[in-house]
Amino acid sequence: MSERQFPVGSDTARVDLLVVADMVASNTRVLDIGCGDGTLLRLLAEDRGVDARGIELSQRGVNDCVAKGLSVIQGDADTDLIDYPDDSFDYVILSQTLQATRNPKRVLEQMLRIGRRAIVSFPNFGHWRIRGQLIFRGRMPVTENLPLAWYETPNIHFCTIRDFVALVDEVDAKIDRAVALDSSGAPMRVSAPWWVWNMFGEQAVFLLERQS
Amino acid sequence: MSEIEPLRAGHAAWQEADAPHSPVLRLPADQPLVMDSGVALAPLTIAYQTYGTLNADKSNAILVCHALTGDQHVANVHPLTGKPGWWETMVGPGKPVDTDRFFVICSNVLGGCLGTTGPASTNPATGKPYGLDMPMVTIRDMVRGQKVLIDHFGIDQIFCVIGGSMGGMQVLQWAASYPERVFSAIPIATAPRHSSQNIAFHEVGRQAVMADPEWSGGRYFELGRHPTKGLAVARMAAHITYLSDEALHRKFGRKFQNKTAPTFTFDADFQIESYLRYQGSTFVERFDANSYLYLTRAMDYFDLAGDYDGILARAFQHTKTRFCVVSFTSDWLFPTSASRAIVHALNAGGASVSFVEIETDKGHDAFLLDLPELFATTSGFIESAARARGLKEARAAV
Repeated sequence: MSERQFPVGSDTARVDLLVVADMVASNTRVLDIGCGDGTLLRLLAEDRGVDARGIELSQRGVNDCVAKGLSVIQGDADTDLIDYPDDSFDYVILSQTLQATRNPKRVLEQMLRIGRRAIVSFPNFGHWRIRGQLIFRGRMPVTENLPLAWYETPNIHFCTIRDFVALVDEVDAKIDRAVALDSSGAPMRVSAPWWVWNMFGEQAVFLLERQS
Repeated sequence: MSEIEPLRAGHAAWQEADAPHSPVLRLPADQPLVMDSGVALAPLTIAYQTYGTLNADKSNAILVCHALTGDQHVANVHPLTGKPGWWETMVGPGKPVDTDRFFVICSNVLGGCLGTTGPASTNPATGKPYGLDMPMVTIRDMVRGQKVLIDHFGIDQIFCVIGGSMGGMQVLQWAASYPERVFSAIPIATAPRHSSQNIAFHEVGRQAVMADPEWSGGRYFELGRHPTKGLAVARMAAHITYLSDEALHRKFGRKFQNKTAPTFTFDADFQIESYLRYQGSTFVERFDANSYLYLTRAMDYFDLAGDYDGILARAFQHTKTRFCVVSFTSDWLFPTSASRAIVHALNAGGASVSFVEIETDKGHDAFLLDLPELFATTSGFIESAARARGLKEARAAV
């Protein structure tokens, strides 16, 4: 888990968080993994009456959160989720962090153990602009949303939307809702087929539920 | 009592035990404190300091719990040493524990030597200091004593209980024993139990005290003695555990003390030796050796989960108390893993918990030092808890 790649305050980041927030029902219990400075937690707590908790790796992020009155603990998505009992939350959120974990599959499994539902948002590595950079420039992609070079990015496990859908199947979860955001940050048409999303979605947000 | 006075006269710390420079709460003999050992201790005296003003609905009280060698003088000049209070960086006007806004209470722990009943206090049954006749004290006994004081003030719910190290143990015990009376809790650099290594270090200290012939089976007061050498060695050994290797090396390295070459003697050639000797010698002037034995023992016995079938989470089940747990990266005496065990238990109990591990090389003692990250965390947490409790801002309250 590392800091989100989106610059704080950028419109794209807001849209992503708003889409996530929109998937959360009011007056529920939520754990936000990699909660950063607590923007989403605060939004959920104040607007939805959510009992919002967070985990954040950076000391600065935790301090910011605690100063805002949020219940946040310093911790790592890869190692510390195991400490939470089964079914302790209604939703477990991982926004823009999955690609930075060491073991994304295990993290996703832990999320679905701790919470009945999981919300995951991530940058889509299948976007045409990224494919283009690989094909035509032969270089690891650097985009507005993913501005760091391969040697300095915390993102070590990129995936495409289709990759993620396959992982969801593997961890025995089902997709309740999925939203792809285009390069302007606007949600794409729901009726578009997967390949269109995978080509033109710059980010994706998934609401997952345990199968059993 | 009067025949003891001449003996005490030479030693300021002994006088504090019966006549402290603090307000005291004296409980009559018919209101004993029933201790974990089964003994009913009476009469009980609790020496304390307060800062700030208790508001009308008594909702703004913060209880500070002191560590092993601390005392009630949190934020005032110490009556024996003349030094500033031990936590003036944290407690005071405009500080995280803001005395302009909160009513801050700190009492000397049971078994201590600054006015609360302890081994240096006069045993009314004999007219002599308790010495080893003082019943064994536990962390829970200390908390029971503090509860008597809180009841005396008519405070139903303490707004916040805060403390580091042994103080943090008391914070945890408060939250476990009286959850409905603690609105928020800040255990710092502490552990849910004393580890084998912790006990080992304490045993070294106790053996140093007891090996000093002056200790005289704990009856040194009556004999006009004081085991200063043993207590100083205990303090020296303990002091090493409060610092990190890194901090020691940065501060002292291998530097010589007032010389450029070794003397080829056992004098304090190195600065670190000189520093430790100084720590030992100043400590014995303000602390009672028997108190040191009792309080280290109390910490050794602390194992919160032990009272709940070994499952720490049960100590905090259904708690409504808000917690802010703090640890320090270089604290090897009460390492972050111990704080994580607390956080894990609180999470399992569904408690509202924040946890910060603060990056510092200053070791266990970091909680007493001027650490901006610590103050940012605690003031942020206290501020938000105060909002949740409906407490007014400092200015509005004035």
